Amino acid sequence: MPQPIIQAENLVKNYDDVRALRGVSFEVAEGEVFGLLGPNGAGKTTTVEILEGLRSPDSGSARVAGLDPEKSGMAFKEKIGAVLQATALPEKLKVIEALELFSRFYSRRANPEALLKRFQLEEKRNAFYSTLSGGQKQRLALALALVNDPMVLFLDEPTAGLDPQVRREIYDIVEELRREKKTILLTTHYIEEAERLCDRVAIIDSGQVIAIGTPRELKQTSAGTTRVSVRLANPAANGSLRLLEGVTDVRELDGAYVLHSTQPPRTIVALVKQLEAESNQLESLEITSPSLEDVFIELTGRRLRD
Amino acid sequence: MKHSWTLTKVRVRMALRSRPFIFFSMVMPLGFLVGYNVIFGRGVPEAVPFLLGAVLALTVMGSFWGLSMQLVQYREAGILRRFRIAPVDAGALLGSSLLANYFLVLPTVVVEFLISRWIFGMHDWGNILQVFAMVSIGAATFSSFGLIVASVTNTMQETQVINNVIWSIFLFVSGATIPLGVLPHWLQRVSLFLPATYLVGGLQGAMLGRATWNEIGGDVIALAVGLGVAFGISRALFRWEPESRISARSKAWILAAMVPFLLLGVWENLYGTRLIHLRENFQSLGERGDAPEAPDAPDPTK
Repeated sequence: MPQPIIQAENLVKNYDDVRALRGVSFEVAEGEVFGLLGPNGAGKTTTVEILEGLRSPDSGSARVAGLDPEKSGMAFKEKIGAVLQATALPEKLKVIEALELFSRFYSRRANPEALLKRFQLEEKRNAFYSTLSGGQKQRLALALALVNDPMVLFLDEPTAGLDPQVRREIYDIVEELRREKKTILLTTHYIEEAERLCDRVAIIDSGQVIAIGTPRELKQTSAGTTRVSVRLANPAANGSLRLLEGVTDVRELDGAYVLHSTQPPRTIVALVKQLEAESNQLESLEITSPSLEDVFIELTGRRLRD
Repeated sequence: MKHSWTLTKVRVRMALRSRPFIFFSMVMPLGFLVGYNVIFGRGVPEAVPFLLGAVLALTVMGSFWGLSMQLVQYREAGILRRFRIAPVDAGALLGSSLLANYFLVLPTVVVEFLISRWIFGMHDWGNILQVFAMVSIGAATFSSFGLIVASVTNTMQETQVINNVIWSIFLFVSGATIPLGVLPHWLQRVSLFLPATYLVGGLQGAMLGRATWNEIGGDVIALAVGLGVAFGISRALFRWEPESRISARSKAWILAAMVPFLLLGVWENLYGTRLIHLRENFQSLGERGDAPEAPDAPDPTK
């Protein structure tokens, strides 16, 4: 891996009795899009806010672009851009004014007009912040994060609460930034977002990184198997599904049996034969490739949004 | 300083787009001016300078209310944290509050002068330099009181309660609405502990042309010390994040901003002649027009 531009080492953070982070460590290389994937309350935002210099860890260390986020002050802020999770702008601030205002804070500046165009906000240049839709506000937030052409971009849940169409627009923007080799640390609880946008992903749960790698690597380590999800008229005999050809694991999830198979066709043939023998019936069958959700379920026994 | 100036320009623009701001900071003071002159001045031009002095003080003092509310609202809405991620420090943000407020107060002050002169027949402009000095330092000082209120409160509701208490005291015990001369003697002595009293008295003295530069200088210094202390405390206690709360003990810092005026109040009560001057200002209203007769002021040396 090339020289890391973001380093989190054994970050620990407690809020009163709540252990938000229990030793989070990872590194992000320059030009990489790195995702922190996990459910709400997993510790993603706390991790990002420590790396942004907004919070202090109780222990552990963080370095971004060679600087300590907590101690490097304005020099650090010059190098980063961020879309924060819970933030806003004054209601009576116009879109173009927001871009011009924030760009003036930095020594290195992107052209506000170019950002307007890039984020399709030209028509809204003189609109007040309060009149923008959720998607437009998020596009403006992304544009503001780029006013200083930052070395590192932090996107904390950039599509949370947005409708699917707007979410796809944001994906397009992030993919464009990825093509430009911008270093991005992105947090999300959307599987699709992590799989589509990230070069590497750290799965985080209960304040700990429980898996890390490229989406493909993670899916391969998840037994490297295809999921055959079946619903049966009657419950399967105890342990019988596990003995089917090609099956490496069986899990019961939401009333369905999820068979992990290395040989899906053979598994399905064996399944049908067994059901006939048991006078049971197949109600539905679905074949899926493993997703990061499967990885998460395997590692935690829970769905990502439980 | 550069960032402060950048923020100031934007904040002035945003304020001028806000209807509540226009009403409370521009229309309402003018309403006070008209009301005072119609009800108390009774059309006597000689009474206008004294009444204008009080209205100018109200205009200047009003800034503390709006600024405290705005800052707390910015914090609660997460607006401050957006600025926190940029290379802007708390000093620049707070400094822009004072500067923007100052530039927003000045046009109202000018309009109040023009209405007093052209509509209510005020004979002269008073000591305009003294008025300018008092308006300038007053606007900055009372803005900084707003900042300190924002720094020691956690929610909008809390801010409103504290603002109401402070505003009521400033309004009714400083001479801004009820002339000090008609208040009970003990309350007149209490008023000497309030910054608002020095602002009202200074502005009335400057408008009537009765204040010496020594007296105005004393008022300016007292307000300037209050400004320095309040700005320093509000910067030290400044919070960017909505969830960062301030402890009940830290709220006592609001009293620290009053220390210069407590000291001044003690001195004035023991040795000063300010109450006599304030009484003379009020009596001049009676001499010039047909305003109510002022009762005897207490002898400040007793």
